[in-house]
Amino acid sequence: MGMTMVEKIIAAHTDYDTVKPGQIVNARVDMVLGNDVTAPVAIKEFEKIGIDRVFDKDRIALVPDHFTPNKDIKSAEHAKMVREFAWKYNITYYFEIGQMGIEHCLLPEKGLALPGEIIVGADSHTCSYGALNALATGVGSTDIAAAMATGRLWFRVPETIKFVYSGKLNPWVGGKDLILYTIGDIGVDGALYKAMEFTGEVIENLSMDGRMTMSNMAIEAGGKCGLIACDEKTREYLKDRAVRDYTPYNSDPDAEYAQVIEYDVSKIEPQVAFPHLPENTRPVSEAGHIKVDQAVIGSCTNGRIEDLRIAARILKGKKVHRDVRCIIIPGTQAIYKQAVQEGLAEIFIDAGAVVSTPTCGPCLGGHMGILAKGERAISTTNRNFVGRMGHPESEVYLASPAVAAAYAIKGYIAHPEEVL
Amino acid sequence: MRLQGKVFKYGDNVDTDVIIPARYLNSSDPAELARHCMEDIDKDFAKKVKDGDIIIGGRNFGSGSSREHAPLAIKTAGISCVIAKSFARIFYRNSINIGLPILVSEEAAENIEAGSEIEIDLDTGIIKDLGTGKTYQADPFPEYMQELIKAGGLIEKVKKEVLG
Ligand code: SF4
Repeated sequence: MGMTMVEKIIAAHTDYDTVKPGQIVNARVDMVLGNDVTAPVAIKEFEKIGIDRVFDKDRIALVPDHFTPNKDIKSAEHAKMVREFAWKYNITYYFEIGQMGIEHCLLPEKGLALPGEIIVGADSHTCSYGALNALATGVGSTDIAAAMATGRLWFRVPETIKFVYSGKLNPWVGGKDLILYTIGDIGVDGALYKAMEFTGEVIENLSMDGRMTMSNMAIEAGGKCGLIACDEKTREYLKDRAVRDYTPYNSDPDAEYAQVIEYDVSKIEPQVAFPHLPENTRPVSEAGHIKVDQAVIGSCTNGRIEDLRIAARILKGKKVHRDVRCIIIPGTQAIYKQAVQEGLAEIFIDAGAVVSTPTCGPCLGGHMGILAKGERAISTTNRNFVGRMGHPESEVYLASPAVAAAYAIKGYIAHPEEVL
Repeated sequence: MRLQGKVFKYGDNVDTDVIIPARYLNSSDPAELARHCMEDIDKDFAKKVKDGDIIIGGRNFGSGSSREHAPLAIKTAGISCVIAKSFARIFYRNSINIGLPILVSEEAAENIEAGSEIEIDLDTGIIKDLGTGKTYQADPFPEYMQELIKAGGLIEKVKKEVLG
């Protein structure tokens, strides 16, 4: 019997030749990640262990991105704690303000997440690197404390659900719409404890940015990871980035899946997820006349250059509606710079949007665009839970950069075609 | 080990953003986090909860972010155990790692009512509703996790391994 890619990756990080779903193993990890919210808790736990070294200073990444540049005194103290830990243990991949970005945009960009690797991050959207064929998964702070000390962690080998996407994509439909549609279909616990594997001609033709958007939201279906096979595109993306050699693992043709789900994408139009769950999706044509107060374009889901280019195509030469606050957040310094060089930043500013330094900011209701009671936002982020972006009685609608930009001009949720 | 307490009951998909909203994550002080536990769906939870009380949730309890602040806030608030139909995977591992007992029992989660006084035997996984006298059997933990729980959580286990 063949193996799925997730089974192969786990086996390669243990002494076993094969592993089976349900088995619990203690595996080596290739990279450990923490941020300014989760690393402080991890550091406190790490100190309880009573050792004065980390397992490998080149395999830990610390990225202060959630509340940075520090939004208040308490968050400044957390950021300081992370910085001092990084200095003390000489952590190679600590990214100070000016170098940092949203962690899940940054790690792939820096070549720190590679095919066939196991990457654990104390952040649920660590699953983004599944797009690069890495078993990347979100864990807790205590987990990364243990992993920073030992370079190992316990895992339950997951079953895999295979998703096959075929057909021709409609205009303005991209990775975000595919993953929202998928979550709308299987539900927020549709892949609970399982690995999701995204396959098919549509995935093969999707850009790396689009693939990362899809893998990013695997957790919104309860998945452990959202894996994509390593192909020419992956290798091309990593060519001048990868900091280590890597060995990809693709699924055997006779691998056993818990389920195979097929979608004909020609039936999918741009999607919107209504409050308060990512599974509450509707095609934009059925969204109705929803007035919103704020548009956020950014985050680890859609803060990459391709996302900004799409938003700029729609906003070019137009004005943001006077009742709308449009906030655009490039994912990293490099993306920011590219947006300036390509003239995207100018398009945004001329349209009346604000362009922020990279930060998670409003995505988790941290800073840079918090909602008041009763307010609504359309956002290219990944969660629309109660209170996610501010007041418990505010609302978040999730969509692609194209739909969010179209809304910013119209003032209500609209199909991108309506504004062009 | 036996636990006893009053039940706080919630529905499906109780996510980590409502267990502890991000606006409080500029703190990592467990007591401070506990003061705001559940406040977006149950404003007076922190005031009402007593040591030993038990949370019962529906499907996919603890979904969303990886913030360990969530089980930490629940534990520090005094909750002795969470029972649910299913748990989101990061919440599940975080709870085990920090020593917050969690049990999966579809039946108990379905039938036990808010405010009931219940007793839990953690060794056998038997949950008893003291009001109705009904008992429920929770799913047993895999062996690896039992060891982890016995060791006193992940850090204690690592300590033994690293320091011999
Ligand atoms: S952008 Fe949002 S979802 Fe992504 S890491 Fe930051 S807070 Fe989490």
